[in-house]
Amino acid sequence: MNYQGKKRIEEVKKQWESNLLNKVLKKFSERKNTFVTGSNKEINRLYDPLDLESFDYVDDLGYPGEYPYTRGVQPTMYRGKLWTMRQYAGFGDAEESNKRYQYLLQNGQTGLSIAFDLPTQIGYDSTHPMAHGEVGKVGVAIDTLEDMEILFSGIPLDQVSTSMTINAPAAVLLAMYIAIAEKQGISKTELNGTIQNDILKEYVARGTYIFPPLPSMRLITDIFDYCSKELPKWNTISISGYHIREAGSTAIQEIAFTLANGIAYVSAATKKGLDIDIFAPRLSFFFNAHNDLFEEVAKFRAARRLWAKIMKERFRAKDPKSMMLRFHTQTAGCTLTAQQPDNNVVRVAIQALAAVLGGTQSLHTNSRDEALSLPSQKSVRIALRTQQIIAYESGVAETVDPMAGSYYLEKLTTEIEQGAMDYINQIDKLGGAPKAIEKGFIQKEIQNSAYKYQKDIENKERIIVGVNQFQSEEEPMKDLLKVNPEIEKRQAEKLNSIKKRRNEAEVQENLSLLKKIASSEQNVMPAILSCVRSYATLGEVCDQLREVFGEYKDSIKI
Amino acid sequence: MKNARIRVLVAKPGLDGHDRGAKVIARALRDAGMEVIYTGLRQTPEQIVETAIQEDVNVIGLSILSGAHMYLFPKIMELLAEKEATDILVIAGGIIPNEDIAELKKVGIKEIFTPGTDTNKIVKFIKENIEITKT
Repeated sequence: MNYQGKKRIEEVKKQWESNLLNKVLKKFSERKNTFVTGSNKEINRLYDPLDLESFDYVDDLGYPGEYPYTRGVQPTMYRGKLWTMRQYAGFGDAEESNKRYQYLLQNGQTGLSIAFDLPTQIGYDSTHPMAHGEVGKVGVAIDTLEDMEILFSGIPLDQVSTSMTINAPAAVLLAMYIAIAEKQGISKTELNGTIQNDILKEYVARGTYIFPPLPSMRLITDIFDYCSKELPKWNTISISGYHIREAGSTAIQEIAFTLANGIAYVSAATKKGLDIDIFAPRLSFFFNAHNDLFEEVAKFRAARRLWAKIMKERFRAKDPKSMMLRFHTQTAGCTLTAQQPDNNVVRVAIQALAAVLGGTQSLHTNSRDEALSLPSQKSVRIALRTQQIIAYESGVAETVDPMAGSYYLEKLTTEIEQGAMDYINQIDKLGGAPKAIEKGFIQKEIQNSAYKYQKDIENKERIIVGVNQFQSEEEPMKDLLKVNPEIEKRQAEKLNSIKKRRNEAEVQENLSLLKKIASSEQNVMPAILSCVRSYATLGEVCDQLREVFGEYKDSIKI
Repeated sequence: MKNARIRVLVAKPGLDGHDRGAKVIARALRDAGMEVIYTGLRQTPEQIVETAIQEDVNVIGLSILSGAHMYLFPKIMELLAEKEATDILVIAGGIIPNEDIAELKKVGIKEIFTPGTDTNKIVKFIKENIEITKT
């Protein structure tokens, strides 16, 4: 802004304040003394060019597909190709989940997203004592390669991209995916998809850890290394802020802690001698889309700009692909209300809009009944249709980064980037994300925000429609999805049957080889592949690793 | 008993890792003057009952969002009965479908709090029901 221009705006603003604004304020006070974003950042009455005095279009935004990628990672964004509509699904056993995937694909979904049950996520077979009551509940139960064969039957793996929400045992499930591709006659180089594989956020927000941090980080770098050579199109990690936000963090904390975890993975891999420009282009991210539309759009843009700078300046990446923050988004489950559940359709629409305006690469929209149970088929269809309405009817996908240049949005983008950077500096001083987690710093910050959010609702400083205002009597929601209670028994029978049919000597040989390799410095992926090919169970494979790596125990402070 | 502080065990049974609610409740109960012990994740019913008895708590607050409540909650109630510890007030929260609530109350869980519950309501419920059970 030139000096003349600035002077003029300042003069006009001053006149407006004295002639109009102050008079109005004397007569009519505003609704509140202070206005804040969903993450408690104070919001000004209005924003104007004076808020963007140091803003530089070329340096701060530039053009889409170019550094610092604020406006998006591709030059044409959704004019070229819409985001991938990817509904996270899975429940019961492999047969039932396969039916849901076929249904979603027939209804225009363009990518799969596999939800595994908790025993699978924690590396227990369905017959493990800790698995009682949990089999098939929050996702599909997978014990051996046979379950994965059923899960993907009739789905050619070279024609879908598959995202798997799996962390501690990610290497095992990835190996199973590779093994079924082999059976379908599809080359590994054709496989397209993502494993979540982000263990650091499990310790602070999601809870499905198995091993302590150090060996867990080793498994992750083994996967980076293996995939860079064998699965060039595979996204080796989805560094996730989603669960950090769900655990109660603010938008700034979501970006800060996620990128801090990202920094830890990149550091671990480069320390191991991997070339940054070989593995970094396959890193992907996963964020939450919460209710505050502008703050969320700003958050996605700030995350892209900050990550690009970190990769270029801190890690000296050279390949532009290493600097691009590509991400999946899910609407915020924690904002769904059990009261008047149909209202959730509207919340999800606003959140999905934020993700699209923020330039997401793929999107899951939550179903209205998820504060009550797993989503029913009908609710899932409404959620998918919500994305389709945004894509085909709202017009927001027809131009790139349409909210850019809004004084408010650009100011927020800068503030969120700075706030996140301050946190990252603090975490660096503590010795990086793994150390900050060990010291409980990140957990404490999240818990404080979660508690404040709850208190704000109870004090009515934050209004949630249908919860603390506009309540109404209502009929309980019907047609909720119920997982068949027979699943656990059926899964146990399947497991016993495969154990009888497999070549036991081969299994035992593969398992002891895995144990040996896990104790060495060698990459574990080939040994895990041999295990799953011979129908070793997930629990058996993880038990070998447990013996070598030990198990993580959480120490909690409240 | 009336003047002693109410002791509460906040517990996460099963494999569920969603502990935002459990931690918020733990803190709210503590702010309301209660003594709160939080088990952390992945507790078996046996571990929860053992801790409750060892810590001599008046209340157990269970939290599950994974759908395993119909197995884990009745199991905990069964074990409490076995140990003759049914004087402990048991309440629960999480993603619990309406139709399950009635059945869980039948096995002795006094109240189920679903998402959106005001923490003050839980404090009040504990204070009102603890005297009935303890005097």
